Amino acid sequence: MKKNDVILLLIIVVAAAALFAVLHFALADSGDFAVVFVDGEEYARLPLNEDAELTIKTEYGTNVLTVKDGQAYVTDADCPDKTCVKTGSADELKSIVCLPHKLTVTIESEGGR
Amino acid sequence: MKKISTKAIAFYGIMAAFSLVLGYIEHLIPLPVGIYGIKLGLANLATVVSLYFLGAPAALTLNFIRIILSSLLFGNVLSLSYSLCGGMLSCLIMIAVKHIRGFSCVGVSICGGVAHNIAQLAVAVILLDNVKIAFYLPVLVIVGAITGLLIGLCALPLVKNKYLRSSYGISE
Repeated sequence: MKKNDVILLLIIVVAAAALFAVLHFALADSGDFAVVFVDGEEYARLPLNEDAELTIKTEYGTNVLTVKDGQAYVTDADCPDKTCVKTGSADELKSIVCLPHKLTVTIESEGGR
Repeated sequence: MKKISTKAIAFYGIMAAFSLVLGYIEHLIPLPVGIYGIKLGLANLATVVSLYFLGAPAALTLNFIRIILSSLLFGNVLSLSYSLCGGMLSCLIMIAVKHIRGFSCVGVSICGGVAHNIAQLAVAVILLDNVKIAFYLPVLVIVGAITGLLIGLCALPLVKNKYLRSSYGISE
């Protein structure tokens, strides 16, 4: 193992870590809305920059969506499995899905990326 | 036509078998990490070794044979497309890096591991038609570098082996 190998490894790891940090911050800024879909149709659109609590009552059941500190998560649901509550907060990559209530919560940004 | 020595034929066979067994062992080891696409890349060890002893064309050929056989034995058509793109790109990158002075087989292997993961992620983006999974890139690059490092360190004693080196006419 030569000195150049070590330098190469360090450069790759540092570059990847930097890219990770950049993407992480870019994503943290880019999510602007929590969009709730019920049965494939848009039900509500909540801005992430203000705290809110929304009770989504539909023919399928009830979910409570909470927006706090720029994070959106389902805090309560009257379904038996509570998968949507356990999912935690939604982000650009991760949507909250509640199958029995045909509900999804996705994060979208202003540009509609 | 250039004659291939009996020794080279035997070495080709051993390397093909070696890489297949390594691929099989890898299937047996479940990794505790839940991220899709992370694996050790043990078979890459055979590619690195054959690259150093048999040269670039042999390494590419062996790699191709290994991927086809391994997919037939343990995988499916989908895993074939991932392995083929990852394996062939990683092999080409390793051939290129080997020509740069100042890198040992550890550096070569690191580049191979990173290239492999980048290629597989690119295939995943195309096949799943989802650009968002490209955000896994930094994680996969770091993982590729680490597994490449481990494989390179394993290949080092083999590549440095005096008996093997002299029988393949490599001086230095």
